[in-house]
Amino acid sequence: MSTKSIVIIGATSAIAHGVAKLYARDHARFALVARNAANLEVVAQDLRARGAEHVSTFIADLKDVARHDEIVAYAVRDLGTMDVVILAHGLLKEQHEIDNNADATLDVFEVNANSMISLAHRFGCALERQGSGSLVGLSSVAGERGRRALYAYGAAKSAVTAFLSGMRGRYLPLGINVLTVKPGPVDTPMTKGRTLPLMATVDTVAKDIANAIEKRKHVLYTPGIWRIVMVVMRAIPEGIFQRLKI
Amino acid sequence: MDCRRVDRRYCYRSNVGALVSSNVTSWGRFPQAEHTSAAAPEWREQLINEVKKHDSLLAFGLGRSYGDVCLNDGAALVRMHRYSHILSFDRTTGVLRAESGLSIAEMLSVVVPAGWFTPVTPGTKFVTLGGAVANDVHGKNHHKVGTFGCHVRAFELLRSDGTTHVCTPTQNQGLFRATIGGMGLTGIITWVEIQLTPIASRMIEEQSIKARSLQEVVDLTEASDADWDYTVSWVDVMASGAALGKGILLRGRFASQHDGTLAKPHPRPLLSVPVDGPHWLLSNPTIRLFNTFWYHKQLGREHHRMVDIEPFFYPLDAVGSWNRLYGKRGMLQYQCVVPMQDGVATMKSVIRELQKGSVASFLAVVKKFGTIESPGLMSFPKPGLTLTLDMPNSGKKLFDALDRCDEIVAAAGGRVYAAKDARINGQRFIGMYEHYREFVDHIDPRCSSSFWRRIHNS
Ligand SMILES: Cc1cc2nc3c(=O)[nH]c(=O)nc-3n(C[C@H](O)[C@H](O)[C@H](O)COP(=O)(O)OP(=O)(O)OC[C@H]3O[C@@H](n4cnc5c(N)ncnc54)[C@H](O)[C@@H]3O)c2cc1C
Ligand SMILES: NC(=O)c1ccc[n+]([C@@H]2O[C@H](COP(=O)([O-])OP(=O)(O)OC[C@H]3O[C@@H](n4cnc5c(N)ncnc54)[C@H](OP(=O)(O)O)[C@@H]3O)[C@@H](O)[C@H]2O)c1
Repeated sequence: MSTKSIVIIGATSAIAHGVAKLYARDHARFALVARNAANLEVVAQDLRARGAEHVSTFIADLKDVARHDEIVAYAVRDLGTMDVVILAHGLLKEQHEIDNNADATLDVFEVNANSMISLAHRFGCALERQGSGSLVGLSSVAGERGRRALYAYGAAKSAVTAFLSGMRGRYLPLGINVLTVKPGPVDTPMTKGRTLPLMATVDTVAKDIANAIEKRKHVLYTPGIWRIVMVVMRAIPEGIFQRLKI
Repeated sequence: MDCRRVDRRYCYRSNVGALVSSNVTSWGRFPQAEHTSAAAPEWREQLINEVKKHDSLLAFGLGRSYGDVCLNDGAALVRMHRYSHILSFDRTTGVLRAESGLSIAEMLSVVVPAGWFTPVTPGTKFVTLGGAVANDVHGKNHHKVGTFGCHVRAFELLRSDGTTHVCTPTQNQGLFRATIGGMGLTGIITWVEIQLTPIASRMIEEQSIKARSLQEVVDLTEASDADWDYTVSWVDVMASGAALGKGILLRGRFASQHDGTLAKPHPRPLLSVPVDGPHWLLSNPTIRLFNTFWYHKQLGREHHRMVDIEPFFYPLDAVGSWNRLYGKRGMLQYQCVVPMQDGVATMKSVIRELQKGSVASFLAVVKKFGTIESPGLMSFPKPGLTLTLDMPNSGKKLFDALDRCDEIVAAAGGRVYAAKDARINGQRFIGMYEHYREFVDHIDPRCSSSFWRRIHNS
């Protein structure tokens, strides 16, 4: 890994921080965006202590799409050329928490789909202007199929996956890579201490992501076993799939 | 509570109320405990809110204590491992400040490449800074640098009433001294600032020397302590007669030349024990066999080599969850220290007592503590000889033998280490710690632990 300039949106995310730590060791430069100022400052301090050459922060609620241009402008101004842009923010609501609340469902969409897509779009254009770089979006294996237990979140991630796919097609000829990351369950604050099947640690997932960024991969399932699990999941006919308690 | 109860599975409820089937145990997996809550806050605000929620709570690091100092049966734990950001690290002075859940393992991955090492390390790197302070851990260099607490420049303590107190050797001195070695009872340590030790290389010059008796082990140690930063001996406590306490002295010091090894990545554990071993796996005959093999595997009297940080300091970390080899009943560890005066004789009586109780133990560890005093009121180390052994939990016979060992240790003016204890009589323990009264005044009214209640109910 060479010294990189990295933008992280949702920089207080445990997974994003895991990836940032790996780059900090190699003296990367960071522009970090998140909504909680106190927490973001702690992340910034941590990355500095770990060797980051430069860390700056920007506070914004990412649902506020009106500020997205401002965020891009900040990142460009702060880093000059951006080598990697990581979109990591997310909001997990289990279906039963929002079953009877359409507004809450739309909120899940605003955070996970609308704001993610808006930022992907805008940063895509910025990377196009500079003619290089990688855009990394945190989607999820939950976006592969609508599951009874998690379909609002899943559908939002599905939108992100499809959008990033299309962007990849658009930017491939321009030498800009788009990486879609699809983690399985990871032990982070998002999963709230639950033990889920094939649960991974942040360390494992972060290493996989950094590795995929360096290798300019297109789609990453992490841990790798999910690639196989998802082949099976996608092959199950809908009538059967919806009767499975998964 | 019947602290000798075994074989109980337990669950805890997470902060969202969903039942979690994951166990929180100490490293000895005995005694077992059931907690009402075991949240793992990541941010300061969450931590402060969590602390206000419970009537009885205790910080939990990585559970590398053996007995019940890190458990709070029937009440709440606050797991600290996610609260682990580094707040500052000055590469020129080696001063590091980090949130208390940072593990020594993670810290080393950052500081070693910059030419620094932890001033003191226990035999595993999977301990948190908070846990290292709260048990005031010691290492193979105690004779040179004292305990971990001797290198703490400052920490912040969060009390259950939500107030925070920065403590240093000169500021809030009472809380500073009570919290170092304070077993989590004075409140929650939020961050710790320590002075690291400079190193030029990852490599350690290591020598191992065979000793034919406990006296020879001690003589060799005394001859080595001036020139070697790290000394420790592995002794065979199952040998008897003149060979009682025969063993191997290990001494080491960091290579003083810059050799480019600092940048090398930290190796990861290769193996892990996924299931509980059957009870006979680590029992009397197999352990005896192992000890004999281990002593004889080194053919010559002396052996010199250069080794990495990992095999020198953390040989046990190479196998993840090795504690599970001891099976469902778990294991006990016993660590005592006795003054140098008649130290060898006292230690021999302890070992003989264990042999009479036909206690099986793997290689036990012997080390001479130095005279550097820790600021901690309840710190375990004091000048003298310390003995540590692991034993499969074989029930009443073992407990009785250990009670007799306590008696010998107490009579000699020694101490037993709380971080390794699951069974000592309370009055006996209290009698070993001369600053107990002073310490009690600093306890947070809402902090408690299984250990502490046991000490006061027995
Ligand atoms: C293989 C092995 C080798 C070992 N070798 C040694 C050795 O050589 N020397 C030695 O001294 N010890 C040794 N130990 C014991 C170990 O170092 C200590 O028990 C250490 O305190 C464990 O740290 P932890 O983070 O796992 O804390 P835990 O075991 O989870 O907790 C230990 C204590 O610290 C308190 N605590 C934890 N975090 C905080 C916090 N943030 N604020 C306030 N209190 C807190 C807990 O309440 C508890 O009382 C060894 C243990 C193992 C498993
Ligand atoms: N953990 C998993 O099992 C898993 C699995 C698959 C995919 N993912 C995806 O991976 C990404 C990272 O997740 P994580 O596990 O690291 O979870 P995390 O630690 O909970 O991080 C999520 C982050 O998103 C931020 N966020 C949420 N809404 C926001 C908003 N409106 N404005 C600004 N920031 C907002 C949160 O900030 P606050 O702290 O301020 O709320 C938090 O820092 C997410 O996109 C997630 O969907 C996670």
